[in-house]
Amino acid sequence: MTDTNAGAVEPDPNNVIEIRGLNKWFGVLHVLRDIDLIVAKREKIVICGPSGSGKSTLIRCINRLEHHQQGSIVVDGTELSNDLKNIDSVRREVGMVFQSFNLFPHLTVLENCTLAPIWVRKIPKEEAERMAMEYLTKVKIPEQASKYPDQMSGGQQQRVAIARSLCMRPNIMLFDEPTSALDPEMIKEVLDVMVDLAKSGMTMLVVTHEMGFAQQVADRIIFMDAGQIVEENTPKEFFENPKSDRTKLFLSQIL
Amino acid sequence: MTEGFHRTQTEMIPNRAAPASSVGIVGWVRTNLLSSWVNVGLTLLGFYLIWLVVPPLLMWAFFDATYIGTDRFACAGASGACWVFLDQRIGQFLYGFYPSDQTWRVNIALFLLIPALAPLLFDSLPFAKYGRWFSLAYPFIATFLLIGGFGLEEIPTNKFGGFMLNITVGLSGIFLSLPVGILLALGRRSQLPFVRIFCIGFIEVFRGVPLITMMFTAAMLLPLFLPPQFSMDLVVRVIIVVTAFASAYMAEVIRGGLAGIDRGQYEAAQALGLGYWKSMLLIILPQALKYSIPGIVNTFIALFKDTTLVIVIGLFDILNIGRSMVANPDWMGLGIETYAIIAVSFFTVCFSISRYSLGLERRLDTSR
Repeated sequence: MTDTNAGAVEPDPNNVIEIRGLNKWFGVLHVLRDIDLIVAKREKIVICGPSGSGKSTLIRCINRLEHHQQGSIVVDGTELSNDLKNIDSVRREVGMVFQSFNLFPHLTVLENCTLAPIWVRKIPKEEAERMAMEYLTKVKIPEQASKYPDQMSGGQQQRVAIARSLCMRPNIMLFDEPTSALDPEMIKEVLDVMVDLAKSGMTMLVVTHEMGFAQQVADRIIFMDAGQIVEENTPKEFFENPKSDRTKLFLSQIL
Repeated sequence: MTEGFHRTQTEMIPNRAAPASSVGIVGWVRTNLLSSWVNVGLTLLGFYLIWLVVPPLLMWAFFDATYIGTDRFACAGASGACWVFLDQRIGQFLYGFYPSDQTWRVNIALFLLIPALAPLLFDSLPFAKYGRWFSLAYPFIATFLLIGGFGLEEIPTNKFGGFMLNITVGLSGIFLSLPVGILLALGRRSQLPFVRIFCIGFIEVFRGVPLITMMFTAAMLLPLFLPPQFSMDLVVRVIIVVTAFASAYMAEVIRGGLAGIDRGQYEAAQALGLGYWKSMLLIILPQALKYSIPGIVNTFIALFKDTTLVIVIGLFDILNIGRSMVANPDWMGLGIETYAIIAVSFFTVCFSISRYSLGLERRLDTSR
């Protein structure tokens, strides 16, 4: 079972995520197997692998959209357990961008960005709006603030989703296949925003098949298959000199 | 043309106006009334039927009708409708047996309904924010006006009647059944087994028993089982029964709306750190209720019409007043006129609700 005593974990101030011995099952299906992963502050990690390999499940465990059965996940010194207070405090620190954007369709772009800061962080409305406009400018769509999500293109929606997460001023950003649902001509505008974010020093875990992006920003690439981490390497080594046969096969199929 | 597939277009085609015959009134007539010979025939037939029905109806209802008199014999010579009873009995139709020198209280309560509803229905109004406080206070103000006390003459609810009774029961039911229905719908999807079982039980029981049965139970049986100190006003019991009945339906309508919300919406709300109630109130319910508007309005309208069922427990709503008036020798034979008036009264209210809801759906459509 999960060790619920956060004090028992050795805190290293430089590590923002520490995953040890993580195992997860969906029913009888063993989807994550003995995962160990330490992420240092400002590190950018790209996770790739075939579909069904558990890469989305892994990052969804980090903000507890999925709960694990074995092992421990410590985010920013807080251990994830059934304690709702811990879950809430971790979710405030961890932003997430989804494949299908998941913007709130009944709210304008600006309201999408200010809702959580106002209701969760209790920031005054004026300040939340000023901050939202700042991030909307960073993702290059300040002029769309009063539109509704359904009136925008997919690329624009995904950039709003990134801005919405950033408005909570997270320390860590999780990206779950952020460009997989986009038309080819819109992928670049989203990746550009993510590259900018990486340059600003954000800690990022990105599940993606965009190998160009991985080469450009990743400090480490993690290759997963069948619920386990099969290979972990620098981008250069990963692409030029993959170690495992499984990785070689995967790379030969996508490149 | 063997080499025809090589093509390059250097200039883009500019916008051109649509042909005049396909837009505007001419276009509408051509596509809707005259698009084929069968359609032309149907259009002519339609106009013929309108000519056959509408003029005689207008003659009967208005031009040949009798308006003034003291009883049905005033209409003896006329071929049209006999509206004399309206002049004579309008008070009963509207207020039942509410003392006639106190009916101003009903009128004020009805008039105050406008400022109470406006800020809820139209959020672009000025002062809407403050108006909502008045909306919250309105049920208490209206209850005070209708029942009295604190200096106003007290009027027992068994004097309530006519359309005022239908509106009182209907509006109370509408405004109580929506929040109760929402809570039941959320409870039915709850992770907590006791909450879930209670809500499912409540919904299935109140949906599975005819409203008339529950009215009888509330009116006749409850007083027999409950000790006298728990006795409750009959109109209050009716409102509770109607609310319970309508909220069971409401819960299922809203559950349908909740089921239509993408799981990603819940996940996005969670990922932003919103707790259960905040994500429900701010993210999930606004969308679910929007999808449920047609069903909710359906339930509202059914509830309002069902208020006429109070006839079975001896309350005199507008239908019962009309029915007993037609049985009176002074007004015998005026069934058509009486029931027409009652039908028009209900239709006016229900049609207004329906039109408003269409407008609301359009306003909440954020994809345009």
